[in-house]
Amino acid sequence: MKLKARHKRFILIGIGLALIALAATLILNAFRSNMVFFYTPTQVEKGEVPKDTGFRIGGLVVPGSLKRDDDGLTVHFVITDTSKTVQVIYKGILPDLFKEGKGVVAQGKVDASGLFVASEVLAKHDENYMPPEAAEALKRARENSTSTLVVPK
Amino acid sequence: MIPEIGHFALILALLVALVQGTFPIIGAARRNSVWMGLAVPAARAQFFLVATAFFCLAYAFASMDYSVTYVATNSNSKLPLQYRIAAVWGGHEGSLLLWAFILNVWTVAVSFFSKHLPDQLRARILGIMGLISIGFILFMLTVSNPFERLIPAAFDGRDLNPLLQDPGMVFHPPMLYMGYVGFSVAFAFAIAALIGGQLDATWARWSRPWTTLAWVFLTIGIMGGSNWAYYELGWGGWWFWDAVENASFMPWLVGTALIHSLAVTEKRGGFKAWTVLLAICAFSLSLLGTFLVRSGVLTSVHAFATDPRRGLFILMFLVVVIGGSLALFAWRAPKIGRGGMFQVVSRESFLLANNVLLAVAAISVLLGTLYPLFLDALGMGKISVGPPYFDTVFAPLMTPAVFLMGLGTLARWKKAELPELSIRLRWAFGVSLATALILPFILGHWTPMIGLGLFLAFWIFTTTVNLLINQLKSNQLSLIFKIKSIPRSWWGMVVAHLGIGFFVLGVTIVKGYESETAVKMLPGDVAHLAGFDFTFDGIKEVQGPNYLSEKGQITVSVMGKEKTHLFPEKRLYTVQNMPMTEAGISPGVFNDLYASLGEPLEGGAWSVRIYYKPMVEWIWAGCGLMAIGGLLALSDKRYRMKKRGQILAVENKGVA
Repeated sequence: MKLKARHKRFILIGIGLALIALAATLILNAFRSNMVFFYTPTQVEKGEVPKDTGFRIGGLVVPGSLKRDDDGLTVHFVITDTSKTVQVIYKGILPDLFKEGKGVVAQGKVDASGLFVASEVLAKHDENYMPPEAAEALKRARENSTSTLVVPK
Repeated sequence: MIPEIGHFALILALLVALVQGTFPIIGAARRNSVWMGLAVPAARAQFFLVATAFFCLAYAFASMDYSVTYVATNSNSKLPLQYRIAAVWGGHEGSLLLWAFILNVWTVAVSFFSKHLPDQLRARILGIMGLISIGFILFMLTVSNPFERLIPAAFDGRDLNPLLQDPGMVFHPPMLYMGYVGFSVAFAFAIAALIGGQLDATWARWSRPWTTLAWVFLTIGIMGGSNWAYYELGWGGWWFWDAVENASFMPWLVGTALIHSLAVTEKRGGFKAWTVLLAICAFSLSLLGTFLVRSGVLTSVHAFATDPRRGLFILMFLVVVIGGSLALFAWRAPKIGRGGMFQVVSRESFLLANNVLLAVAAISVLLGTLYPLFLDALGMGKISVGPPYFDTVFAPLMTPAVFLMGLGTLARWKKAELPELSIRLRWAFGVSLATALILPFILGHWTPMIGLGLFLAFWIFTTTVNLLINQLKSNQLSLIFKIKSIPRSWWGMVVAHLGIGFFVLGVTIVKGYESETAVKMLPGDVAHLAGFDFTFDGIKEVQGPNYLSEKGQITVSVMGKEKTHLFPEKRLYTVQNMPMTEAGISPGVFNDLYASLGEPLEGGAWSVRIYYKPMVEWIWAGCGLMAIGGLLALSDKRYRMKKRGQILAVENKGVA
């Protein structure tokens, strides 16, 4: 059976559109499942954070809170937005500019005991640079100490 | 005095750019040859003026003139000369000047190598490049002047960010910009053709070498950036899907689509509208990339608000250039006419499919890069989109693209036979599949991703061998003669495609078999990784020109036999009191050994990170091959064709 050229073209355009739709679905799906949201220590304290997926927190490293286990690699520290604090544990080497009293962003999950288990600790390469997320956390804490925060959902 | 000369040259350059951007284009419409004739001298005068401004700024850096604000914020008297020069493009204002300078390099090159073009087309191309230049120079003169004075002058400069004090800084940004800005030539050709309504095979032939050259620069630029990140950041990664990297990757994806679509337009007269659209998109993404990286919008969208005039200017400029050219496209494209017909199974349709895949890939990168910025700008919360998103999207998009690449080079134009193709490629398919299934077990372990990657890499290698055999056995002539008779552009294609194969192989092996460990080490301690023994010999203090360094030594041995030494460093740049990690790397064809120092612990111990990176160098070798392929294609003799006695001008093109 020989198809007419016009019909053939319609079928091809149809296939093309279907493939593009497939690609779009794939991309949007991947996008949705890989978005990492940002929360402030206040939100963590109030339990407004997701239970099973990872997220980012930001703030300042509380001076004097940095402790190291005997293996030399596991570190404990506390992040604050000046209003609330979060305990963080991280196993690995900290970035060059990680310092007590400076801004920091960590990505990870909260475990059953409320401890934030970081998989990644970010601090940028500029002495006076405040990671945008950390600055945002401080700003939000300043703006109101208790309620009605904009929850990024 | 010198900075004022630079500033003045920039003002004059703006005036010349105004002439270059208006008279030739109007002249072309009215067929006024005097007005059109202004294009070439204006382009050359503008080049001279912008070059003067650029060298004045470089001089201010070299002579440590801290009465210039930009110099004082980006340099320091302790900074070695090569980094003082590189600091010219270390910040926002200077990189704009570099951009404008490189735009003028391209423009003046077009003015020299366009003698064979029709006068109208030539005037329009140079005019459009003049218009782009107006935007950049105006931006500098109004809101980001690199020559602004600091009164009273600073005693010393604030220093260049230590992260940028690296040979990479000297080469990477100029290469990248040569690529970005090079697409302005393709863009100008496309817009000029839209205005003139002459989009034909000759147009594609003229536009092609410029586009290929820009693409070569961009490829080298991205390769350099990736390699720089690998040895400088100390994390052993070679691509982070960082917004800055994405900004250079998007024009590359679209540019790759463009050079292939131009091939169809030249050879078959097809895809005309699509080619023009790609040219517009490639340049628009280059502009977007420049501004994303250089406006500070990535650090914080609110940095925009600290100087609203800058943000506003950038947005307006993007809207005018992108919106204007797309509007022109919508208006004129229907008149371009359609290309030749082709069957579903043909080289055209394989190339079209690949083009669409590359475009979709670029859109997915754009989404991942811009969406978080939009959310943040609209105050709807902060999110980040990490590497998992890009990895998830790229594997399914690039798999069919690479597969079709193997088919496309073998398929005939217009109409190919699927049965014939499949018979020809039986063994290529078989060999690739067998390699994908067996090789991983020899190397260690098998995962679906390793299998897929190896299949694709070997698919490229085997289809290339098939293609070569086919080219060389076609007739009775001697082998040497046949090799000589094949055009250089064909070799260029083969080499560039092999580059993709090298790249895919490198990525697959390093992702599949890399390993790392982080350990606490006292001098004399030994760490084991991937069959190598790493002995920590201790730390030595070393004084650098503007930093103090704690330099570690690690001896690598296999079964007690010494192989090599690694020298990771922890530097403290004294001006800004900023610590920096320098990785110690022993590169090799089959593996890289990589060590970086963490922090000093009690009792002279250090935390040390050690990585084993098999075949990671193949990634950059692959990029290098792609660039060499582009250069081979450029040296093809049809670009040196003698035309109405302009042998000399056209022959020089290979050098341009």
